[in-house]
Amino acid sequence: MMTQVPRRPWTQRWHVKPIGWTVLMVGLLIASSRMTGVDVAMFFGNLGQFTELLVRMSQPAWDYLPVILNPLYETIQMAILGTTIGAVFAVPFAVLAASNLVHNRWLRGGIRLILDLVRTLPDLLLAAIFVAIFGIGSTAGVVTLAIFSFGMVSKLFYEVIETIDMGPLEAMESVGANPLVIIWYAVLPQILNQFVSYFLYTLEINVRASTVLGYLGAGGIGVFLQRSLNEFNYSQTAVIILATLVVVMVIDGISNHLRRVLL
Amino acid sequence: MQTTLSKKPLTLTFWHRWRWLLWLVVVAVIYLWAVTGLHFTGLQESAAAVSRSIVHGLVHPDWSYVYNGSGEDLVSLIFQTLAIAFLGTFISALISVPFAFWAARGSHEWLHVRSRSGKIILTLIRTFPEIVLAIMFIKAVGPGSYAGVLAVSIHSIGMLGKLFSEAIENMDRGADEAITSAGGNGAQIFMLATLPTIMPEFISYTLYRFEIAVRSASILGMVGAGGIGTPMIFAIQTRNWPRVGIILLGIVLMVLLIDSLSEQLRKRLI
Repeated sequence: MMTQVPRRPWTQRWHVKPIGWTVLMVGLLIASSRMTGVDVAMFFGNLGQFTELLVRMSQPAWDYLPVILNPLYETIQMAILGTTIGAVFAVPFAVLAASNLVHNRWLRGGIRLILDLVRTLPDLLLAAIFVAIFGIGSTAGVVTLAIFSFGMVSKLFYEVIETIDMGPLEAMESVGANPLVIIWYAVLPQILNQFVSYFLYTLEINVRASTVLGYLGAGGIGVFLQRSLNEFNYSQTAVIILATLVVVMVIDGISNHLRRVLL
Repeated sequence: MQTTLSKKPLTLTFWHRWRWLLWLVVVAVIYLWAVTGLHFTGLQESAAAVSRSIVHGLVHPDWSYVYNGSGEDLVSLIFQTLAIAFLGTFISALISVPFAFWAARGSHEWLHVRSRSGKIILTLIRTFPEIVLAIMFIKAVGPGSYAGVLAVSIHSIGMLGKLFSEAIENMDRGADEAITSAGGNGAQIFMLATLPTIMPEFISYTLYRFEIAVRSASILGMVGAGGIGTPMIFAIQTRNWPRVGIILLGIVLMVLLIDSLSEQLRKRLI
């Protein structure tokens, strides 16, 4: 009969891991609040200014609404075009990055590395660079959104491709079909619905992103956002934000409904 | 009998057969609207020259900027960016917990008034642009990374609160019921059953959000909220492409490193 109590190793007895993590977290917190100059007293001291700003924002200037309708449409148009261009370019890359279609490890790894690098770049940073190249206007916005959604869509797409049933592919391979025919008849029918669903999801994110791209001159409603903020005209800012909110929610609603029907 | 049975599916197949045409028309109209609505300004004459100098700058980054001990170099600003993201995410995770319990749907409640209202608030926070938040906080605490911390910590509540509340809705209630049946009170149930069950998921979502916060902290500087974004926008405006090249390189390395680190930690958590 076992009468001995199981012994705990000393790391457990002295709680080394939890204490270590706590010390690490507290250390990081102190270091980062030093580095960023966080000052709680200053925030509450200046709270008056902040609430004044909120009060001015809570009185939206509704007569500004007709002015921003066109830029709002432009924002949606930018998002649609950018997402589409990005998705079209993403398809061949997704096929090449899928481990069940491409057996060459080096090719796949190379493609995935490119996609990972593209995904690290934040959208506003891309916008700043493309405004420098294309000049101020919606062209820079469309190109920014195209590259941004290319990185995102290609990853979602190759993950979908990797989950397909390989049976139809093998059947067509065994009767000697060429790769393009196999993709058209055996791969595409399995993934089309999910592709469209992820496309709509990316469109939702791009509509959100495109509303601020204009802040750096890349077209759309963001241009007016920046103008109103620079002129300290916060009641106009409030109208812009509320209108953006409505647009984002309508697009989200439509896209959510379509995705539920698709899947 | 036979004819009546076959009639109904026929009308259905007609709709099923021609439905794609309707969708095609709808999609075509949307794209026509999108293409004709945007007036493309076309390429500037300088576009080719600018792109060439950008590529040249990216290939020949300004290595002297990496570290010069002034506190305004790449390494110290990258660390500042990480500090903004870390502190912002930490504060936001703490504030998100009550929001999550507010927005989580309970099992017996009429119309889910509490949960609905919480979800609407979270959606509003999520949709409020982070850049505008940063500008508002700059008015309150002045330009610098403090405003960035505040912007990240408020904006992240929208997403973290949503993820946390979904985790609460899907959690295993077994431990809760065990403590209840042993006679534990509300506080004891929360401390001994709910919190330990939910903690790994909360931490995992917080790490995921930290990855996103690193990206947004690196662009918040473009409006003056601290971090690496400020020298980036200056370098772009002054067409200092070698400087842009080295900063881009720094951001890409930072994001890749943080992503893989956080992924490792999350894999060990769940």
